[in-house]
Amino acid sequence: MIQTVTYDATFDGLLTVVFTVYELKLKDIVIQKQHQQQQVLFGEVLYVMSDKDKADRVWKKLKEKTKNKATYKLYAAFLSETQGVENIILQAVQYILASKENVGLDYGHPAVLKISKLAKSVGREKHRMEAFVRFKLTKDGVYFAVVSPDFDVLSLISNHFKNRYADQQWIIYDWKRNYGLFYDLHKVEVIHLEFNSNFDPTQTSDEIFAPIELEFQQLWKDYFKSTNIESRKNTKLHIQHVPKRYWKYLSEKQP
Amino acid sequence: MSFDRIQEKLKILADAAKYDVSCSSSGSNRKNKNKGLGDASKSGICHTYTQDGRCVSLLKILLTNHCIFDCAYCVTRSSNDIKRAAFKVQEVVDLTLNFYRRNYIEGLFLSSGIFKNADYTMERLVAVAKKLRLEENFNGYIHLKSIPGASDELMREAGLYADRLSVNIEIPTKQGLKLLAPDKNQADFLKPMQKVKNEIIQYQSERKIIKSTPKYAPAGQSTQMIVGATGENDLQIMKTSNFLYKKYGMKRVYYSGYIPISHDHRLPQIGTPVPVMRENRLYQTDWLYRFYGFDIDEIVNEQHQFLDLDIDPKLSWALRNLHEFPVDVNKADKRMLARIPGVGMTSVAKILQARKHRNLNWEHLKKLGIALNRAQYFMTCASSKFERKDLTAHQIKGLIQQQSTSKYRSNFNNQLSLFGA
Repeated sequence: MIQTVTYDATFDGLLTVVFTVYELKLKDIVIQKQHQQQQVLFGEVLYVMSDKDKADRVWKKLKEKTKNKATYKLYAAFLSETQGVENIILQAVQYILASKENVGLDYGHPAVLKISKLAKSVGREKHRMEAFVRFKLTKDGVYFAVVSPDFDVLSLISNHFKNRYADQQWIIYDWKRNYGLFYDLHKVEVIHLEFNSNFDPTQTSDEIFAPIELEFQQLWKDYFKSTNIESRKNTKLHIQHVPKRYWKYLSEKQP
Repeated sequence: MSFDRIQEKLKILADAAKYDVSCSSSGSNRKNKNKGLGDASKSGICHTYTQDGRCVSLLKILLTNHCIFDCAYCVTRSSNDIKRAAFKVQEVVDLTLNFYRRNYIEGLFLSSGIFKNADYTMERLVAVAKKLRLEENFNGYIHLKSIPGASDELMREAGLYADRLSVNIEIPTKQGLKLLAPDKNQADFLKPMQKVKNEIIQYQSERKIIKSTPKYAPAGQSTQMIVGATGENDLQIMKTSNFLYKKYGMKRVYYSGYIPISHDHRLPQIGTPVPVMRENRLYQTDWLYRFYGFDIDEIVNEQHQFLDLDIDPKLSWALRNLHEFPVDVNKADKRMLARIPGVGMTSVAKILQARKHRNLNWEHLKKLGIALNRAQYFMTCASSKFERKDLTAHQIKGLIQQQSTSKYRSNFNNQLSLFGA
């Protein structure tokens, strides 16, 4: 009988599930996020409450068994939010913990390889966000950016932006997942914002943004145009590097 | 600042700077200090891409496009009838900071036409970098052009504020340079390269003793050559490139397919296509030299003065050296793995990692993402199935080309196309 295990959709929650699997010697389980749980006709559903201590113990053990690179990949794969990623992570963790040697990077194992591929996609999205975030200066002197990344990567880019923009207040807001990061010149915090119903994240309205903001956007657009070499035009390559789904927030791509 | 005036200048001076292909922002490890602005990313970031698919990483502009020289290949040559403009130091500083704060760019790439003389020009370039670093506490990436003929003192100062310095050799051969830029002399380009190299070595050795020694051009120096302007062959280009890597410790040599910009009879006429395919093959060769452990004369030599356009240089080398193959992927060393066509350095790393745990067969290799359509003819693995027939180089090439779909394929295909492309 396959048992369904649900958790609170956090990474600590998932690590707690792993802990529980060992504790209760569970076999044949399907892990689901609690809010996405499907109706189960037969069998019971076990909800595992997130427990920081248990999660930390699993994480610590993994770090002993394998390299940082491998544990980072497990976390990054989790952020992909891919359907069923929890079970793949469980398989990879079980394989790593069961092996005497360090097999965290053994790409011959199907779960490890899958994790590595997911982590690669997430890493690519992280890098894209570091590139494609476009701050706009608000009247309050905060640099504000909206993004809709394919994966939940804000936690991965937080330090990059904190180190880089240490002397300006900034917000990076994930429009899809409805939360953001706010740097107040000292620390980065997770925030939730309420927007007016007429707020359009792709526009730069003069109610909210500083007058000088539109001027710099114009200069940037001009620069983007001037730096292009017409006789080398290669639209396919251009779109491959800057896929269309990102255009809506890119200042240089606004009409 | 006056918006209209800046807008006009930016259009002119960005347009004039775009022929410099370098837009690299990698290789510097400058850290944010005292809660200032900026932090150079070691791997570099392309913030956007132009419609020709090139990375936009830096604000790439000329300080001015006034120039006393008249080099035929250059769009800002003194005899060219174009609009001229010049930025003030403060204007460049403001643009850089405001673009950087919005996460548009990794930093500044500042070049210039030569106005009055070399020192006068270099002084102004240095003034911009100095102001950004010392007054604005800017820690983003700065790439400055070295102006040939500038004083040693200025060159030394430039390296203290810039992450990278470069001077473009532009024409790969002495004869070509003589033809197109008679007022210039190859030695003028090489002197600043030597100077920068010496300073880098000196500062590095001092840093070993005194930790607080400032960094000198931490991302090193680079240069650029125009390809296809003067009829040089690939052997000449790669020889010059190799000389620059070895003698001056270049981080990068860029190859820029000549873009026709003038009706000068010494040059390809306007409308001639840019040799993008050739440029691509030169870059591949450059990579084989820098990352794959090839010597340049294995790829191009007196017998092969031009790179094949229809296949990549590694495959071309492999087909000429079939006696080195097949390679056993479960046993071969890193050097030989890297020589298999279709296996890149990332794949080499994956193979080395994965074969620690088990012997690899075709299925494993496919899952690792190895380009087997090329690689299969050059390797064996833990499987009894492999290419047993003694295929000739010509046959292998044919088989590979049949299976590949290259966007350039139409350039080499003589078959009639029924329905058009």
